[in-house]
Amino acid sequence: MITRRETMALGLGAATVTLLPISVSAAADDAIAAYTGGASVTEGDVMITAPEIAENGNTVPISVEAPGAAEIAIYADGNPTPGVAVFKFGPAAGSHRASTRIRLGGTQDVFAVAKMPDGSFQQAAVEVKVTIGGCGG
Amino acid sequence: MSEVKPRIRLPRSATAGKAAEIKTLVSHVMETGLRKDADGNTIPRKIINRFTCEYGGDMVIDMELEGAVSANPYVEFDIMVGDATEVVFTWYEDGGNVYTETKELSVG
Repeated sequence: MITRRETMALGLGAATVTLLPISVSAAADDAIAAYTGGASVTEGDVMITAPEIAENGNTVPISVEAPGAAEIAIYADGNPTPGVAVFKFGPAAGSHRASTRIRLGGTQDVFAVAKMPDGSFQQAAVEVKVTIGGCGG
Repeated sequence: MSEVKPRIRLPRSATAGKAAEIKTLVSHVMETGLRKDADGNTIPRKIINRFTCEYGGDMVIDMELEGAVSANPYVEFDIMVGDATEVVFTWYEDGGNVYTETKELSVG
């Protein structure tokens, strides 16, 4: 049984979580640098598709595509932890694209970083405006 | 804890040499480890941390998931259709549980 008071407390918790992201966008840079091993990241054919405005941050549809890529990693710079997912494409992959649904704690940039077979990296970003965050509540 | 139940949609018929779309969804709470219960105790993380799809013994996609993937993880991707028919899907949960589902692809 959840009392009214507990419900209020949960709401407050959610508010704190959505305030946090402002200071942590450097964490996404660090996470991407850790993924690339510090290699330079260029803009290339990698594409990331997401809704401009997401009404519910708990489930935001997102698609990534990078022709020829070995892997595509997704990072969200405004979440408590920036890592979202990494797709590794195997020999039986029919394309170098994938779609999933992700949680976003608030309005933020979402990055797709593609690792190419030659070891180089390409990146694209998209801003998603979130009206209800998807991390705490 | 609710049951972990995979749902998979393969194309009705697939043509060898062409790409075919596969959609998967597994019912799972994807507890992030960031939430607290009413007493202020952190609810431990329990997520599907890896998902793989293999076709005819070859890897199609190998996905690492973090807590930022939504509850009931949904993944859509393409497979390169060949002669094989067996498609194996595997979900790996925190704590070591593994859920496997095998489907037959009708290659026509």
